[in-house]
Amino acid sequence: MITRIGVVMFPGSNRDIDAFNALRIAGAEPVLLWHESADLGDVSGILLPGGFAYGDYLRAGVIARFSPVMRTVADFAGRGGPVLGICNGFQVLAEAGLVPGALLRNEGLRFVCREVALLPERLDSPFTREIPARRPLRMPVAHGEGRFYADPATLDALEREGQVLWRYATVDGEVAGPGNQANPNGSLRGIAGVANAAGNVAGLMPHPETASEALIGSDDGLGIIRSLVVSAEDWSSTGSIAIGSRPAVMESAR
Amino acid sequence: MSEPVASYRFAVNVTPKPGILDPQGKAVERSLPHLGIDGVSGVRVGRRVELSVAAADEAAARAVVERLAGDLLSNPLIEAYEIEPLPVAEAAG
Repeated sequence: MITRIGVVMFPGSNRDIDAFNALRIAGAEPVLLWHESADLGDVSGILLPGGFAYGDYLRAGVIARFSPVMRTVADFAGRGGPVLGICNGFQVLAEAGLVPGALLRNEGLRFVCREVALLPERLDSPFTREIPARRPLRMPVAHGEGRFYADPATLDALEREGQVLWRYATVDGEVAGPGNQANPNGSLRGIAGVANAAGNVAGLMPHPETASEALIGSDDGLGIIRSLVVSAEDWSSTGSIAIGSRPAVMESAR
Repeated sequence: MSEPVASYRFAVNVTPKPGILDPQGKAVERSLPHLGIDGVSGVRVGRRVELSVAAADEAAARAVVERLAGDLLSNPLIEAYEIEPLPVAEAAG
């Protein structure tokens, strides 16, 4: 049976159709989840797309956090289901406390819309397992509030526990910390995306769904979308996400 | 009949926590020479939210504002907030 992945549509989401397209290319069946509905249907994975949910008023992602669908998404995540937030979706997950850290106003104060190089930290996570090799991936960013922040002790813990999944890098694959031209927003330690402690919820600021076809410049993002789909297949058939011989995600997530 | 309800007016002042880089504050600081102002430093840009709460007494109203300030108006990872009672006369409109 084809894997069904829910794509949440908030008022102001604008990358939902790109996410639909990328999920189809990755072999899944995308399903629209409306923000006012608390019913996930029979999806086995969830993608929170980019955009400006609820206008990004107050702080990006915070008002979306209190929508009916997010209570159900939190419950799904608590049961170990895979959830990926992209850009604004990452901001929503961070505001909801489903992934660690916060996304602050870009250091340069400007909205940044350009291609970046994204270095996967590890290839054995539920959201990086289908990336073919650990090399910089080309994909766009488009955000005004993407500067990853956590206090130093939390940053140390995230690195120690393997929760940092992606960092901004130079085209040569060197990690780009704040101040480096290859870091678009001043994210601490170059962090572009992180996972929760259990490993089944992750968010990133760059747009893998927009880099899913060679025709439009890059298909480097497809490995991330495929990873979500494969992990969703795992979860729906076994109730956990396994990579290789060991469980990648603890059964009692969160 | 339920308890008598009065209206209470508050301001919630939200500011970036110490140690958090505030590029807006830096931009303000950099503009000061253009105004011929010197000696100003440590600019931090925050947000002020004013609101009215209908409640039985001021303590109950304040409890509502505390919850709102901590859950919605500020992100405790990066921002601090202060609640400031305002004269009810300001509630007009």
